[in-house]
Parts: sequence; structure tokens; C-alpha cells
Amino acid sequence: MNDSIERSAVISGIGQSAIGRRLNRSDLDLTVEASLEAIGDAGLTRDDIDGIASYPGGGGALPPGFSGPGTPEVQDALRLKVGWHMGGLEGPAQLAPVINACLAVAAGLANHVLVYRTVTEATAQGSGRRGGMGLGAQDRRVRGIFQWMLPYHAYSAANWVALYAQRHMHEFGTTREQLGAIAINARRNAAGNPKAIFREPLTMEEYLNARMITTPFGLYDCDVPCDGSTAVIVSRAERAEGASPPLRVNAVGTAIRGRPTWDQWEDLTTMAMRDAAAQLWSRTELTPADVDVAELYDGFSWLTLAWLEALGFAAKGEGGPFVEGGKRIALDGELPLNTSGGQLSAGRLHGFGLLHEACVQLRGIGGDRQAGAPEVAVVAAGGGPIAGCLLLTR
Amino acid sequence: MTETEFRLIPEVTPETEHFWRGGANGELVFLHCESCRNYIHPPSPVCPVCLSCELSPEPVSGRGTVATFTINHQPWNPSVPVPYVIALVEIDEQASLRLMTNIVGCDPEEVHVGMRVRVRFTQHDDVYLPLFEPDES
Repeated sequence: MNDSIERSAVISGIGQSAIGRRLNRSDLDLTVEASLEAIGDAGLTRDDIDGIASYPGGGGALPPGFSGPGTPEVQDALRLKVGWHMGGLEGPAQLAPVINACLAVAAGLANHVLVYRTVTEATAQGSGRRGGMGLGAQDRRVRGIFQWMLPYHAYSAANWVALYAQRHMHEFGTTREQLGAIAINARRNAAGNPKAIFREPLTMEEYLNARMITTPFGLYDCDVPCDGSTAVIVSRAERAEGASPPLRVNAVGTAIRGRPTWDQWEDLTTMAMRDAAAQLWSRTELTPADVDVAELYDGFSWLTLAWLEALGFAAKGEGGPFVEGGKRIALDGELPLNTSGGQLSAGRLHGFGLLHEACVQLRGIGGDRQAGAPEVAVVAAGGGPIAGCLLLTR
Repeated sequence: MTETEFRLIPEVTPETEHFWRGGANGELVFLHCESCRNYIHPPSPVCPVCLSCELSPEPVSGRGTVATFTINHQPWNPSVPVPYVIALVEIDEQASLRLMTNIVGCDPEEVHVGMRVRVRFTQHDDVYLPLFEPDES
């Protein structure tokens, strides 16, 4: 397994724009800020960047604020001269462009790939342009996979994920207090993250008394829309030149073996993360016991629980007891989890906030939220029929 | 069933017509494999079990079981009163035959995993949406 192709790649630079609820800056503006920081952090100039990748790429029919600028816009704004480029929605979730960039540098198509993810959902929602899927559309007719969901007023991923959380509770006795432990842990960690949207402590009482969104999810089970951009530089290992040690990509998880829709996935207590996680461990000699810090997707609290089980930190059905009380997943616990506050408190940067934080932790620059001196971090993104994960090492 | 709320409805195609219009006859209709007798949903040009392409629409009993559900409280759509129940229902004829739907005709708090339900349809233009209500029989 030592010759896994992703090990040709490192993350050599990281950057992040301002993060906020209503920044009222364009997605391209935010992306340029994050990209220039990442390029500089890698010890490079824009002339060194010869690849560019993003999820999901240009706007198209996606909801306002979701997609960020397409790669051609960023390439043009920075006048990059790239040998390889991609943007797209299909693949191992939000981490797809990172994984593709690893393959591109391994294949010799590029030496230094700028990978970014930008959202301006808070501004879009503030202007009333975004509610649930399909609402506000000019055309009442829906097509494709959404025709099986939207006619039943199931407009949001909150509804779709809640169906799985409910079944998990039914089969394994998972409780709202256990889900609450994930939300409260995130808020506690956010206190140490100056860029987090919500930094005030959250009590279990507040969590349980918050207004219900869609059972079993209350307000604090749902992540926080925000504006912001994150960028990383994926470099060919021998070409990394930054001041910080390059972070090695030890393994990637990309598989999906079940039916790839929210309503037809066979096992209602798992999602596609089950397969991506299995793929990850099949590509490394490391095991879950070797992981020092976990940055696991938390678009909804239960998704983090499902990732904990998928990745083998807890046995199937045991995710609830694993997080209960919050000690095990705290900064000084055995598996520090979502150390920047995750998406539940720091803001929904669509997996890239978690990726950035994994790099921060491995570099040891987390300040008030630094979780010891981790050497192995796992990053996971996605829920429902999309999932991708990365194992990063110092 | 009459409604004043705004509902998104599917675009009916030759591939989905049997499903979205079966309710005109009071029937819940799925594609069925002539070769291995497997029901297929959503519609596909090929049976995923035996790869036969001899598929034809076939009504089922319209009875099933709530596999999971959520009581939605968020007013995503201001014209739809909350709370309402979104569920995944497994159809009796086949364990893997499942669809997303609403559970109607009862207090949302009464809905539970394993609840027995039967289909009823609500018409919107040329579409007959299959919803489910408690099945006491």
C-alpha cells in the first residue's frame, strides 16, 4: 500500500478569506483573498500555479450562493496559466477537487494545483433568494431525482437527513442528548476560533429547547449558512517549497456502492460515507486508532455521528454512546472532533472549513483550539449519496 | 383531497407516466420485471437484478409500512401548514420497493416506524401524487 498514488501529493499551502454572515462581498472577491493567501503560504507565486480545481464549479442551476465562482473566472482574475483544470458536482463530495488534484499531480499534469470552495449562502439567504430546494423556481415542474422528493414538501437536506437520524434512533436507541453532545462540542471549540460565526457557549438545555426544524433536528442540529472561501494548494511532494511542513495525503476515500439517492439508499442507518470510509482504510496501513484529530462533516449533527461509525471510531449503532457527555470528543479527549467549531458553529464552508482546520491542527497553529500535537488527521465531507474522505499526516 | 398550497409537481415523461398517473385509476403502479418478477423504482430501462429489459407497469396493493419519518416544523413553503410528516414507505410486495411520501389523515405525533399505511392520491393537474394514511385493516 505504500505506493498508493495519492502519496505523491501534499497540501503545501492553505488560505481562508474572511468568514461572516453578511459580508456582501462577491464570491470571486472572497476566492481571490483565500487563493492568494494559500499561494503565498505555499511559498509560491501565481506563476507557479499550473492547476485549478473546485467543487462544484460554475453556477449553472444551483441555488444562489451555493457554487462560488467557476474555475475559468478565477483563472482569469489571477491570470493563471494552467496545465490542468476541473470543476464539477459529481464525485466523492466536496473533497472531489482535492482528490482529483492529487491524481493530477501524481500523473504529471500539474505541479501546484489551486483548489478552492466558496460560498455566499448567508448573503443569498439574507436577500430572500434561497429557501429550500425548488422554492422560488419559476417552473413548478421538477425533473430528475428531485421529482421523488420535492412534491412531498421535502425541500431541504434537513428533511432528508432527518429520515436517517430517526431510523438510527429507532434501531439503536440514539438520543437527542447524544446528538446534542456533537453540537455543544462544536460550540465549545468555536470559542477558540476567531472566525467562527457563533462562539457563545451552548448548554444542553438550550439545545433541547431550541425550536424544532424537522424531527429529530432542532435549530442547533443544523449548520450555519455563511459567506467565505477556503483554498488549499495541492503540490507534487518533491516540489513543495513553503515555510510550513507539507502535509502528506496518506489515503483517500472515494467509493460509493449503494444506490446513490436520498430515498433509495438501502440501509437507512448509513449513507455513502460507509463506502468512502471503507475505501480509505483499504488504502493505508494506518487504522482508526492512529488518528489524532477528526474533522467530520456536520451539515447536520447526525452526519457526524454517521461518519464516526463509518470510519470505525465507533461500531455501527454505537456512535451515540461514543459522543455522549462530550468528553471523548473534546479538545483534550481521545478523539478531538471538529476542533474549529465545525459547520454547526463556525459556518457552513461545505467541508473545506474542516479541511482547513485539519491542516491547522497538523501544523500545530490552532492557538486556543489546538488539540495537542496531532500527527494524523481525518477529514470527511458529504452526506446522503455523496461522500469523500482524506487521511492527512504530518 | 383539495389543496390550496403550492406544490412542486413532477414533469411526467413516457418513463414515469405509469407511476404519476396510475392514481387516476386508484392504483399505485411500479415497473415490474417480466423475467424475475422484481419491482423497479424509480423507473429504469433495465432490471437491476437480472438485467432483463422486458419491463412493464404493474399495480401493487398500495399497502406498506413506514420505514422512517420526520415531522417537519419549518415553514419552508409559507403556503403549507406545519407540522407535516415526510416518510419513507416500504411497499408490501417487496422489501426494497420504497418511496418518499407524506403521511396524512392522522396526528403527526401518531406516526411511528413500523406503522401500517395505505395509499391515497392527491391530484395536481395531470399528476396523481401517492400519499399514505393509517391502515387500520
